[in-house]
Amino acid sequence: MVRIRRFEEEAGKLMEDGKIPGALHLYVGQEAVASGVMEHLSNQDQITSTHRGHGHLIAKGGEFDRMFAELFGRSTGYCKGKGGSMHISNIALGMLGANGIVGGGPPIAMGAAFSNKFRKTKDVAVAFFGDGASNEGSFHEAANMAALFKLPCVFVCENNGYGEYTSQANHQAIVDVADRAAGYGMPGVVVDGMDVIAVYEAAGAAIKRARSGQGPTLLECKTYRYYDHVGVRGMGLTYRTDEELEIWQKRDAIQAFEKQLVKMKVTTKKKIENVYARVNKDIEAGIKFAEDSPFPEPADLLDDVYNTGGAS
Amino acid sequence: MSEAKKQEPRKLPYVAAITEGVRQVLQEQDNAFVAGEDVGEAGSVFGYYQGLLKEFGPERIYDTPISEKGIIGLGVGASATGCRPILDLMFMDFLGECMDEVANQMAKMRFMFGGGATLPVTVLTMSGAGMNLAAQHSQSLEAWLAHLPGVKVVMPSNAYDAKGLIIAAARDDNPVFVVLNKLSLAMACEVPEEPYEVPIGKAEVIREGKDLSIIAVGRMVNEAMAAVKPLAELGVDAEVIDVRSIQPFDTETVVNSMKKTHRAVVVHEAVRFGGFGGEIVAQLQELAFDYLDAPIARVGAPFSPVPFSPALEKVYVPNAQSIVAEVKKTLGL
Ligand SMILES: Cc1ncc(C[n+]2csc(CCOP(=O)(O)OP(=O)(O)O)c2C)c(N)n1
Ligand SMILES: [Mg+2]
Repeated sequence: MVRIRRFEEEAGKLMEDGKIPGALHLYVGQEAVASGVMEHLSNQDQITSTHRGHGHLIAKGGEFDRMFAELFGRSTGYCKGKGGSMHISNIALGMLGANGIVGGGPPIAMGAAFSNKFRKTKDVAVAFFGDGASNEGSFHEAANMAALFKLPCVFVCENNGYGEYTSQANHQAIVDVADRAAGYGMPGVVVDGMDVIAVYEAAGAAIKRARSGQGPTLLECKTYRYYDHVGVRGMGLTYRTDEELEIWQKRDAIQAFEKQLVKMKVTTKKKIENVYARVNKDIEAGIKFAEDSPFPEPADLLDDVYNTGGAS
Repeated sequence: MSEAKKQEPRKLPYVAAITEGVRQVLQEQDNAFVAGEDVGEAGSVFGYYQGLLKEFGPERIYDTPISEKGIIGLGVGASATGCRPILDLMFMDFLGECMDEVANQMAKMRFMFGGGATLPVTVLTMSGAGMNLAAQHSQSLEAWLAHLPGVKVVMPSNAYDAKGLIIAAARDDNPVFVVLNKLSLAMACEVPEEPYEVPIGKAEVIREGKDLSIIAVGRMVNEAMAAVKPLAELGVDAEVIDVRSIQPFDTETVVNSMKKTHRAVVVHEAVRFGGFGGEIVAQLQELAFDYLDAPIARVGAPFSPVPFSPALEKVYVPNAQSIVAEVKKTLGL
């Protein structure tokens, strides 16, 4: 969680300072979801992510150097600078991509789950998507097919209350996206997405169910993004209140978990400080790696459009 | 002095010209409404509906869920039954989400019903690269639309045309896509305050010249104009045509220009292969073969998705320099 939080904070600054080009959708506030779910997954298990995908890749084992390099558009990035933030991915880690298309992920995760079943592996595919994305037809088709074919798939809806600048109340007539699960014939579970242990436990049950051939689950995590839809301050629209943000920040998943661990004497304040120090060092090294890396060459443009038989 | 200033023509940026066009349509047509993602309170992520919710209220401006198939379907059903919807498809790249509603329903309904349905629906959508938004937020897919009998497609290159084409689109009793460009949003020019139409299906010769015709689509018109001066320095007097409407396409204006100059370079931002430019070239050689003094050249993007890295996007998107280079080749300079 700390790795995600610190990465996103720095990435946000770099974007607003104009050092990272394009648009970043940052994950600050939602860390418990990616962290709690990914704890159960190996590199062979697959995930599909969203436009807000850095946290998912970090939790799946993404390294800061290649991530920053991608965000900076360098040839050493996870996608050789061709994808950027919105398409960051790494197949070796089972990360089938952030996605610029809202609702782009669930059908792909369903396909990966189909493949897992077809190839008789024990791997599970997890689709992360937002409350807003739950209104795309792609999600419904994927959920129905996953349930019909009893696929090893978990649909994790990160309900942060907004799709861009539109509140959930203004984009769907239900409160719990998980209610929709009944319509597909799969369990629907609602969990506090600010409580990493609760996410961990609920995700554990869903993933176990998927792995053992009992089919998909729709797991809804109630969460909140602290930053604007894009960047940190974003467009500066007043679509939500400072008070609302404060209420959620008071329940910050990282702070709560740290307190809990200290109270349980699992760790100490000092050890937690060391975690931050280590993460900060990684970040510094990652940014330096990115800044020292070359840009792709114009000649690289036409590579990777097709597989022409070379190594990929 | 202040009196004289008042007389000066009013300049408006592209973004504000869009707003004004939509506002005047809403004023003029009681059964027009706007529907799309974040078009209300947010005024669109590009800002061009700002103020409209306040002015017209939630009965005319509808925020929709992120459901593009639903948005276009809403427009098909509503337009077939007496409304004149203005739909917002935030990024043109999202056409993929709703192409059935566009291609199989909106475009064909009237024909399939033997003329029994009329669909006065307008879709505003944003195209174009240049902002490091990568492969799924930067495309120019107008050729997908122009290939569909039943829809019209216009591409304003400047603020004046943006307003006039939006008004013409909304008054048209057919589905019309107004394909906007994100890099042009801040570009200002003279825009009259009163409502006016820019005719759909008419190209415009925006600079007369005698040596060669540069036939440009959308934002590339501005790049073509930027190429005029460096070309003049090479002794080339270029004519520049703003195609403005790719469906219907103004064959006559383009052919007449080429009959005069005997040479042409066709320019669009979309991928060159299979782009609309191929249609223009085909028509020119069909109708004016005898006038041609050189093969007609095409400028367009390479055959790859739009890359994220600024280092790659810079070389990917056609610009004045690539136009000059192509003109030189055509003229053997
Ligand atoms: C198909 C499609 N429609 C619209 C968009 C524009 N868009 C990008 S993010 C977003 C909001 C997504 O909301 P949600 O799924 O709740 O995810 P969150 O941003 O809250 O993480 C929208 C509308 C898009 N990228 N793709
Ligand atoms: Mg959301």
